[in-house]
Amino acid sequence: MRAAGAGPELAALLEAGGPSGPAAWGRRTLAQAAIELRLTLRQGENLLVTVVIPIVLLVFFAGSRIATGGRGRAIDFLLPGILTLAVMSTGMVSLGIATGYQRAYGVLKRLGGSPLGPPGLLVGKGLSVLAIEVVQVMGLGLVAALGYGWRAHGAWPLALVVLAVGATTFAALGLLLASGLRAEVTLGAANGLYLLFLVLGGVVLPVSHLPGFIQPLARVLPATALSQGLRAALGPAGRVAPEDWALLAVWLAGSVGLAVRRFRWE
Amino acid sequence: MAPAGAGGEAAPAAIALDGVGRRFGRTLALEQVTLRVAAGECLALLGPNGAGKTTLVECCEGYQRPDAGRIRVLGLDPIADAGRLRWRVGIMLQQGGLYPQIRVAELVHLFARFYRTPAAPDRLLDAIGLAPRRGARVKQLSGGERQRLSLALALVGRPALLFLDEPTSGMDPAARRTTFELVQALHRRGTTILLSTHDLGEAERLADRIAILHHGRLLAVDEPQALSHLGAADRLQVETAAAVDLRRLPRLPGAGAASADGPTRFSLETTDPAATLAALTAWLRDEKVACRSVRAGSATLEEVFLQLTGEATAPAERRAPARTFA
Repeated sequence: MRAAGAGPELAALLEAGGPSGPAAWGRRTLAQAAIELRLTLRQGENLLVTVVIPIVLLVFFAGSRIATGGRGRAIDFLLPGILTLAVMSTGMVSLGIATGYQRAYGVLKRLGGSPLGPPGLLVGKGLSVLAIEVVQVMGLGLVAALGYGWRAHGAWPLALVVLAVGATTFAALGLLLASGLRAEVTLGAANGLYLLFLVLGGVVLPVSHLPGFIQPLARVLPATALSQGLRAALGPAGRVAPEDWALLAVWLAGSVGLAVRRFRWE
Repeated sequence: MAPAGAGGEAAPAAIALDGVGRRFGRTLALEQVTLRVAAGECLALLGPNGAGKTTLVECCEGYQRPDAGRIRVLGLDPIADAGRLRWRVGIMLQQGGLYPQIRVAELVHLFARFYRTPAAPDRLLDAIGLAPRRGARVKQLSGGERQRLSLALALVGRPALLFLDEPTSGMDPAARRTTFELVQALHRRGTTILLSTHDLGEAERLADRIAILHHGRLLAVDEPQALSHLGAADRLQVETAAAVDLRRLPRLPGAGAASADGPTRFSLETTDPAATLAALTAWLRDEKVACRSVRAGSATLEEVFLQLTGEATAPAERRAPARTFA
């Protein structure tokens, strides 16, 4: 009486194959990184915030004299700022918002309970973020070099280290937002911070041009730490001042430490 | 101690809980739960919403840490040994767990890549009836389709043990029937299954044994048939041609209380329906009352369930045999 239906087919399907086991860690993690990347790029708003907006801002401000107040070449000031904006948009905005919603939808929980496991999920997300950031840095560097004759004066390997520290900080901030807030609030908060850092973080406007009362706050923001660190590394001196390193390190340790302790899977 | 029945003691248990407790603030979600699920067994956790079913399942899955007691799943600690356990169990969450933007086939392929020898994703989608939807995004699926996708993800690693938390909630009757068939086929294949449900019919149909959970306590664990004998005795429903004075009814072999259902109808509890029926027929003949019909029936599982869970709120009246209490 019971229909043969799908049951026996399924049972046979599950019998087939050799001894079971988890795939190698790298394979699981790369599979996760690939799908995270694909899903991120599938959403138009992510492309807008990570690729389109930074390039538009770079081109717009490079053609004006607002940013530097007429001193020096605009592109030398702007590129470090826009690189800061780029890793901020990928780590804090895009990763933070996506993770917040994935937590709400139970995706983190389900993947954490799969052979991928929590570490594989986090590393997979990290690799996906890294891939986007590599493209951002190369893209912005190319636009600056080809369009505005930008050349690195200082130490670009040092700049990459600074950028990596900043990128990790912003990714941790994104995960922290996603853990502490509801998904909808994370969305608002991440975009709010993005705007705040854009204006106050030495991204397109020098902090010294801001109103005096706001400068003490602006100088200690993570975006300021990163944009000034990058400017110093890429500048003629090619070195980062100890106090800038200290600020970068405090933000890195604080954000990563808190994210590790506060991260929630559900 | 392992409860009686279904080979709980013969083979090492696939799932073993001993005195497991879980507390949320001042609420006891689980209290002193001791339970064995044998390898190859399908056990249904049955209870109303809020009974602690999901808490129990999630403690076994390693998502929640019990405050008291000990859990072993395939001989491993669900939290400490998570890495060695995760690839051997299939998990179907009560809800969610799916990226809204992902396509059905992408998600199954992703999970397949987590295993060394997964089931072929496309054939799995076929078997589970989602092949026509392989290109659809998760957010476009109906509730029942999402549940089936979730089941496919639980199965793609060809697990020895399957956790299904309310697997048919949100499904239409056809999808439910298909899911029943799939679960039954998996069970026949030898997969151990821990299933939670608040649907008696589902538990009765799919499970070797049913564990009744209420307010975090395990009230009874037994085979569906044994359970339905547990709460209420078998019962004879008698209809006579003329009125019968039940006060004149003598003590019949095996019979318990008699109650009038109408002037010419009464029912009689019995632990030995055949003996009671023979004596009853003889008495009616002596009383010169013709017997129109006699129906014998046992309590439905639903009656037992209501009785047990009702009793649980008034513990003094509890009277289920000790062997069924884990």
